Amino acid sequence: MIKAILIFNNHGKPRLIRFYQYFLNMQLQIKHLCTNKMAEDMQQQIIRETFHLVSKRDDNVCNFLEGGSLIGGSDYKLIYRHYATLYFVFCVDSSESELGILDLIQVFVETLDKCFENVCELDLIFHMDKVHYILQEVVMGGMVLETNMNEIVAQVELQNRMEKSEGGLSGAPARAVSAVKNMNLPEIPRNINIGDINIKVPSLSPF
Amino acid sequence: MALKIVKGSIDRMFDKNLQDLVRGIRNHKEDEAKYISTCIDEIKQELKQDNIAVKANAVCKLTYLQMLGYDVSWAAFNIVEVMSSSKFTYKRIGYLAASQCFHEGTDVIMLTTNQIRKDLSSPNQYDTGVALTGLSCFVTPDLARDLANDIMTLMSHTKPYIRKKAVLIMYKVFLKYPESLRPAFPRLKEKLEDPDPGVQSAAVNVICELARRNPKNYLSLAPLFFKLMTSSTNNWVLIKIIKLFGALTPLEPRLGKKLIEPLTNLIHSTSAMSLLYECVNTVIAVLISLSSGMPNHSASIQLCVQKLRILIEDSDQNLKYLGLLAMSKILKTHPKSVQSHKDLILQCLDDKDESIRLRALDLLYGMVSKKNLMEIVKKLMLHVDKAEGTTYRDELLTKIIDICSQSNYQYITNFEWYISILVELTRLEGTRHGHLIASQMLDVAIRVKAIRGFAVAQMATLLDNAHLLTGNTQRNGICEVLYAAAWICGEFSEHLEDPMQTLEAMLRPKVATLPGHIQAVYVQNAAKLFATVLQKHEGETDSQAAQETSQLLIDRLPLFVQSANLEVQERASCILQLVKYIQKLQQKNVEVAEEVTALFAGELNPVAPKAQKKVPIPEGLDLDAWINEPPSESESEDEKPKVVFAKEEPKHYRSRHTEVDEKELARRREVRKQEQANNPFYIKASPSSQKVYDAPGVEHIPVVQIDLSVPLKVPGMPMSDQYLKLEEERRQKEKAERKKKEKKKKREKRGKGRKADSGPESEEDITPAHQVDIVTEEMPENALPSDDDDKDPNDPHKALDIDLDKPLADSEKLPVRTHRPEVLKSPAEDRDSKSVPQETKKKSSKEKKEKKKDKEKDRKRSKEEKKKKKKHKEVEEELLESQPEEAVQSEETKEAAAPPTSTSAEEVTAPSSAAAVDTSSAAAPESEPDEPKDTEPEDTKSSKHKKKKQKKEKEEKEKKKKKRHHHHHHHGDAGGEDSVQNGTVEEEEPLPPMSNYSLLAENSYIKMVYDIQGNHQDESKVVVSVIFENKSDSFLKSMEFNVLDSLNSKLQRPEGAGPHDGLTVPFQLPPGVSNEARFVFSVQSIVMPQKLKGTLTFIVKSDESSTHEKLDFKLHFTCTSYLITTPCYSDAYAKLLESGDLKGSSLRLEGINMPFHHLLARICFHHHFSVVERIDSCASMYSRSIQGHHVCLLVKTSDQTVSIDAKCDEPSLLGNVLDEIKQTFSKC
Repeated sequence: MIKAILIFNNHGKPRLIRFYQYFLNMQLQIKHLCTNKMAEDMQQQIIRETFHLVSKRDDNVCNFLEGGSLIGGSDYKLIYRHYATLYFVFCVDSSESELGILDLIQVFVETLDKCFENVCELDLIFHMDKVHYILQEVVMGGMVLETNMNEIVAQVELQNRMEKSEGGLSGAPARAVSAVKNMNLPEIPRNINIGDINIKVPSLSPF
Repeated sequence: MALKIVKGSIDRMFDKNLQDLVRGIRNHKEDEAKYISTCIDEIKQELKQDNIAVKANAVCKLTYLQMLGYDVSWAAFNIVEVMSSSKFTYKRIGYLAASQCFHEGTDVIMLTTNQIRKDLSSPNQYDTGVALTGLSCFVTPDLARDLANDIMTLMSHTKPYIRKKAVLIMYKVFLKYPESLRPAFPRLKEKLEDPDPGVQSAAVNVICELARRNPKNYLSLAPLFFKLMTSSTNNWVLIKIIKLFGALTPLEPRLGKKLIEPLTNLIHSTSAMSLLYECVNTVIAVLISLSSGMPNHSASIQLCVQKLRILIEDSDQNLKYLGLLAMSKILKTHPKSVQSHKDLILQCLDDKDESIRLRALDLLYGMVSKKNLMEIVKKLMLHVDKAEGTTYRDELLTKIIDICSQSNYQYITNFEWYISILVELTRLEGTRHGHLIASQMLDVAIRVKAIRGFAVAQMATLLDNAHLLTGNTQRNGICEVLYAAAWICGEFSEHLEDPMQTLEAMLRPKVATLPGHIQAVYVQNAAKLFATVLQKHEGETDSQAAQETSQLLIDRLPLFVQSANLEVQERASCILQLVKYIQKLQQKNVEVAEEVTALFAGELNPVAPKAQKKVPIPEGLDLDAWINEPPSESESEDEKPKVVFAKEEPKHYRSRHTEVDEKELARRREVRKQEQANNPFYIKASPSSQKVYDAPGVEHIPVVQIDLSVPLKVPGMPMSDQYLKLEEERRQKEKAERKKKEKKKKREKRGKGRKADSGPESEEDITPAHQVDIVTEEMPENALPSDDDDKDPNDPHKALDIDLDKPLADSEKLPVRTHRPEVLKSPAEDRDSKSVPQETKKKSSKEKKEKKKDKEKDRKRSKEEKKKKKKHKEVEEELLESQPEEAVQSEETKEAAAPPTSTSAEEVTAPSSAAAVDTSSAAAPESEPDEPKDTEPEDTKSSKHKKKKQKKEKEEKEKKKKKRHHHHHHHGDAGGEDSVQNGTVEEEEPLPPMSNYSLLAENSYIKMVYDIQGNHQDESKVVVSVIFENKSDSFLKSMEFNVLDSLNSKLQRPEGAGPHDGLTVPFQLPPGVSNEARFVFSVQSIVMPQKLKGTLTFIVKSDESSTHEKLDFKLHFTCTSYLITTPCYSDAYAKLLESGDLKGSSLRLEGINMPFHHLLARICFHHHFSVVERIDSCASMYSRSIQGHHVCLLVKTSDQTVSIDAKCDEPSLLGNVLDEIKQTFSKC
């Protein structure tokens, strides 16, 4: 299982965090004692600790690191790769193959590169959501979903196309909203024929 | 309202999107926190708007802020709203946010069950995909239970994309709901041979995860995996399978033998390093499991070690690391084969990479023998001097101690050498492991009697030079050593050469700067020394020396009496008074030495770590019983148990102390950081400078590198190196002597003492330099020999230890959404099928009796949950209508109506909205899943504007009153057939009960009622659920259900069956029992209603005879039955209407005498519509056919006249649906 995926830059600024396990402070294991704020703090603490561990390593040393104290346990390992300004860190347990995960990071980064065309840190900064969507096609719930890059890219693109056909996040049908609301307004004569509403919208999504 | 919307959309043009937010944060580097807090305020405003696009945008931004560490759980409800958008774009945003910030404690999660179920069965594979992905991150036990069956169905989806996701998520479901493992396992196993490699890989993945924790249950899959291993070319799958075999072989050595050959082949043939590595790993596991059974696998071991050596010698650091890692596994069982590569491993100690050095250290641990221990430790000591980072140096230190102390100091031949090593280690700069060294010193001094003299001398020197250890603040950790030194000198003071000098050293004023617990030991042991000195001088004629000692104590002790530390103060004042009294006696020339020594008489022996645990509990002692009545809580808080005997368990005491210290430090550091962060004048450290810091404990101390080229030497201390030379000389001498002896003696004698796995030269040959007798640890009398299981009781995998080979029992089936006609019936049907429900209950009661107990528990739990839930906001309560609580409520109402049978228990096992959807829709169509959404915006708003909310509440109450009024009114009209239900039904269910089941056919033996539902996943299939009820007194069996297919509609028969064969009903009916069977029909065109003729044949078996009977029926496929209740947002609805693709039609109903909401409810329920929007007596409704036709209705009413304007992209379908609606109302 992959327990967490962290991407941060050379200064420890998180660019993407994805926890597949809910980490709590050891002293606050009892769930109802742990507020959401504590959980967030714990995540940030893990990021800091991981950055601390990873950042002091040279580029020519091995890419494995026995887990930090927070994620804890001898069963956990940090497997990371350093690309230009970014660290990609996977926290995994012993059921994952170390070299396999290294390959997976490579696949993930190459996929990012394909999807963003020459990916750089800025792409990750401004499109965190998209990076998440790509990651979702690679790893699901901490388990490796797909390792074939073409398959990943194809699925990502199909979903993007779908989003585009819906007009994306920015182009929501504001007009249509007011239109339908008007339909039911009391001031307007009761006897509306639906046929009257006939404003053309160029492309209708098949929903 | 309209104005607000327009305003909203204008506002939106100025809204920030995610990119703007990120840009803004980057532009406000100085006051980021402030900027973000204004952004959060904006987001809060945006979330209040009705427009889902605005909300989605806001939620998207929140996801980003969550990454930066902001708590966004307050928006959980809005996230749920966005998740339930019908648009993929928004849905995806919602699920992403949910997966980032929902967890088991998030209470709104329980509101999502229906939404997720709807998404899972969405015709759009990406809706399903997004829901699966999201669910995989926040699945809870409740969700897992409610959705297990839906996900299981998805495992056989037509699209591999969905299949692989569904397979993967099953693992999470198993973890949260272990009961689902057995029912789902056969299908999971099937997926191992899925044609799609992705799905196959997912299945392998899941089974490997399961098998890793409970391997023995998966042994039966070994042949299947073996086949996969030899046939698959996918390295990912291969790696997983090979890892799995690694877990299985320890349980089944025969498997191991079979594996060796294919694995060896793979090792030789593969070019992928990852695969090679895993193969080697598994071969090692196999060899370990075989080590006892089969002796001759040296070839395989050699191959592994050889391959690993290649890995270790590789320039790729990753391979080197993994090579060492695997090597350490071999080491455990085949140390000899590894020991021959000692050179390579020692070489790795010099590697620049810390991870690799640490791995090499691990290996060294297993490679030491009596012969090479000193040599290896010497190497390590060199590294200790060279090591630059504190972390690594500390690691080295612990490793040295581990290596030396392993298995009861088995490899140490010369304890003088070990003590000097420990003393040398005290020179370490700023180590955190002072206590570790100290406990070793104590342990050795106590357990090795022969070494005490030497140890005491060394400790005395240490105490004398204590200023070297304490002089530097950085040496904080190491002063722990003084604790051990003081105690050893005191306890074994008879070995001291000059106790007076040591006593003087222990009472120096500088000691007062030491930590309290150390001072306390100093004071106590000063008293012991004092006793020794007295005894020494007692016999002498000149009592001067003894009196001087007393005076020294009387002079120095007051310093400690003033100590802030209670322990020190108490001991010091006690001893001071004692000494004063002794001095008085001395002046009278009374001999006191013996009495004083008696104070400290007796030997302290080490206690085994588990000794306390192993003390058997005497009979009749109940440890959980109160001795006295429990005291009030506040009292117990004040009285923290004191550590009384710090001396006897120094380790505990110390570690507790340091822990507190570290915690305190961490807290202070945190506070300081906060201060610095808030202080504009504080110059923050640049991130790069952080690299200098190492141990978290000393982060705030600026590290000054001290040039250690000249090693610090404590004067008078022996260097451990000298022992190496001495040892060698000694050994050589011994060898020579032995050779002489050997000539005389026979060889056999030597052979006897040899151990099987010792090095080339027998270890027994190396005799220890001292006579070492290691005191064994004390155990209580009649200690229990059994070793305690140290397994974590909270391990979620424990629950998954389930035997998978047993056949499935009926009771284990997953909760399935079923129609529940027995809940409430329509008045019309009540007449026909009066006895149906009770019978069903009886049947189920038989089935479920065994499981009842468990369910009772469940029920209790769910009731508790219910109580908790009641605390939730009202808004949520509204939404809860179709949620577990609903199920519980409806269950309660039933209980009131009928004596509590086990049906109620069954209800609770599936309080799942699985059942609840139908229950609630059967009971009150208003609680249709889409309905809540409709009211959401209003409700959310209301929760935010309290004043408004109150008003609204009033309105709602009024509404409810009205509803109730209508309700009763209606029943008066209907003739009050269902008055029983009426009495118990609370105000939540103001509507007349309805059922979708209609009569199919009936004769004196059997009655059939049926309902047709569209299949969500397949556009050409509908499911006909038929309830068979045995009305006779005889047993009905061999029921066969057959339908004459038409061109358009066909009954789906199993493969191989002819087109006219009937389907066997999969159950028999004892008298009075009813049961439900489902039949799948494939349909081509859905625009026309259809009737299919069919026959049911069955055998009636009574005591005396059995007869063949048959019953003809006509299955009526209405157009309505092809419609699926699908929620629709008003904006999407508007867009749809605007598109102009829809053809219109209309309908007028006269003389309808029922409240408008009843009318809507009927349309919703009987014709599978959902309300998009309703204002006064006008409502828009939507539904969708299984083939994707949109059907829109605008329903208006005035004075008993209802007009329905309808639009649909298929006019004939629309016409037929309208006809059916008309019929429904003409019946009323």
